[in-house]
Amino acid sequence: MNIPKYKLKEFIISNSIAWILGVIWLIPFVGVLMASIRPYREIVGGWWHFSPFTITLKNFVGAFNHPMFPIGEGLRNSLIIAIPSTITPLLVAALAAYAFARYSFPVKHYLFAFIVFLMALPQQMTIVPLYFLLRNFHLLNKFQGLILVHSAWGLAWIIFFMRNYFSMLPTDVEEAARIDGASDFKIFYKIVLPMALPGLISAAILQFTWVWSDFFLALVFLQNPEKYVATQRLPLLRGQYFVDWGILTAASIMVMLVPLLVYTLFQKYYISGMIGWSTEK
Amino acid sequence: MRKSKSLTPLFFLLPALILMVPFVIYPVFKTVYLSFFLDDKFVGLENYKNVLLSPDIVNLDRFPTNSPPWGALIHNVVWIAIHLPATIFLGLGIALLLRGKEIKGASIIKSIVFLGMVIPMIVGGLIIRFLFEEGAGVIPAIFKALGIEGLAITWTAYPKTALFAAILGSIWIWTGFSMLMYSAGLASIPKDYYEAALIDGANRFQIFKNVTWPLLKPITIVVVAMTLLWDLKIFDVVYVATGGGPGGASMVLALQMWDYFARALNYNYAAVVAVLLTTLTLIPALWLIRRRE
Repeated sequence: MNIPKYKLKEFIISNSIAWILGVIWLIPFVGVLMASIRPYREIVGGWWHFSPFTITLKNFVGAFNHPMFPIGEGLRNSLIIAIPSTITPLLVAALAAYAFARYSFPVKHYLFAFIVFLMALPQQMTIVPLYFLLRNFHLLNKFQGLILVHSAWGLAWIIFFMRNYFSMLPTDVEEAARIDGASDFKIFYKIVLPMALPGLISAAILQFTWVWSDFFLALVFLQNPEKYVATQRLPLLRGQYFVDWGILTAASIMVMLVPLLVYTLFQKYYISGMIGWSTEK
Repeated sequence: MRKSKSLTPLFFLLPALILMVPFVIYPVFKTVYLSFFLDDKFVGLENYKNVLLSPDIVNLDRFPTNSPPWGALIHNVVWIAIHLPATIFLGLGIALLLRGKEIKGASIIKSIVFLGMVIPMIVGGLIIRFLFEEGAGVIPAIFKALGIEGLAITWTAYPKTALFAAILGSIWIWTGFSMLMYSAGLASIPKDYYEAALIDGANRFQIFKNVTWPLLKPITIVVVAMTLLWDLKIFDVVYVATGGGPGGASMVLALQMWDYFARALNYNYAAVVAVLLTTLTLIPALWLIRRRE
């Protein structure tokens, strides 16, 4: 009877492969962490040399209070932009998604196909006219301008996502409320929105992390260094005569900490959002 | 589904339209319009001719025999040719490997692979630069240890390696997406399918070929389409890892558009590249739209 032995061999091989892959995928992050908590001279020849091993928070302090592009200020700006850029499109898109899920109206299918098309659209396709539009309305270099662009840009995918979510919800409670004489809007915000809360949370989490992670739109619409968001400051921290990986990796950690935290705290919603965003039930 | 002759649906749609018309829809049409003009003068397809024939976009004098720059469009195509099969193969492979209960800590490994999707792409690009830097980075150190001195260099600084550093790094970033999608797909396949196949005496490869792979087809379509879109739109990673250089050797369409817009201040050429990029994204986009019907 050699079946258990065969199974053991297979067990060891598949576990080894899986963990080797896991380690390969983790190594870049380990390198970032090592470079961020050690002085430059220790990591310039490779962070995998562990002696000497000095732990310092100097890089984090240096990046946070950088003389030219302080990451601290960038994190604050990112937050000021990301919160309204999440709430606004969420509410607006939920309304529109409800129309697509529950009503029939002329050109509905074309309009929805157009929404899907907009989901795939490269941001490059809008920025030239948008730049001049915002400039004419004195919204260039202003958080409000970028918030408007982010909100409008997030609508397409949230409409798509929430429309799928609403379509999966049972309609009997809504019908009952209608018979009781409730208005369409009241049904929407009293019954449908609370039932769709998990979907709304998923959409909010993804929209928030995407706005936080955005680099391109900020690059186009914020040109005053004080207004720069966190992602925008990262490439500017590279030091004058050499690439200071200590500062860069410490800043990277601070910038990615927020999405990582959101992902860790809301993993279930994050994953179901990610899957629901691209597939249809 | 309520048939509504009233204006109720319009009322629900109105706020979205108010935001999208000026900030998304109008700029799309205006960009198309701008692509036919040069300094406010209508020039027809002149801009398209100039941009498409420019070595910035397609450089057939160098492709494929010389090292990059090959032109942004070719770089995007090379990107797709490497990145698309690699991430599908790796994502599916990891999803299959981690599916069973045999792997200890499977969910931890999944989370690690997925991290690339969670972090901002600009951070991902910076990490790529770090990985491929001579001295501080792991990859050149590995090649040095293997005795391959030609690749024990700062990859992002040389035309022959810069594009490939960005592409290889982007595999690390994006594999989590296909892994996640395939994991979800595998979990939705009923167990009886496998049991039935086993009873019929099918081996593992036959089960994969005849049961798993066909059932995963809808997932594969989504993964391929989304990956194509991602590869075509790639910007942040290149911007920070190589800046499109050296000498345009890792330039991609999205960054070329930015270059025309912000550095050359040629809004019309920028619009042409944007239209070109959008036309290319239409292929996977229409695929996704058609799948809905």
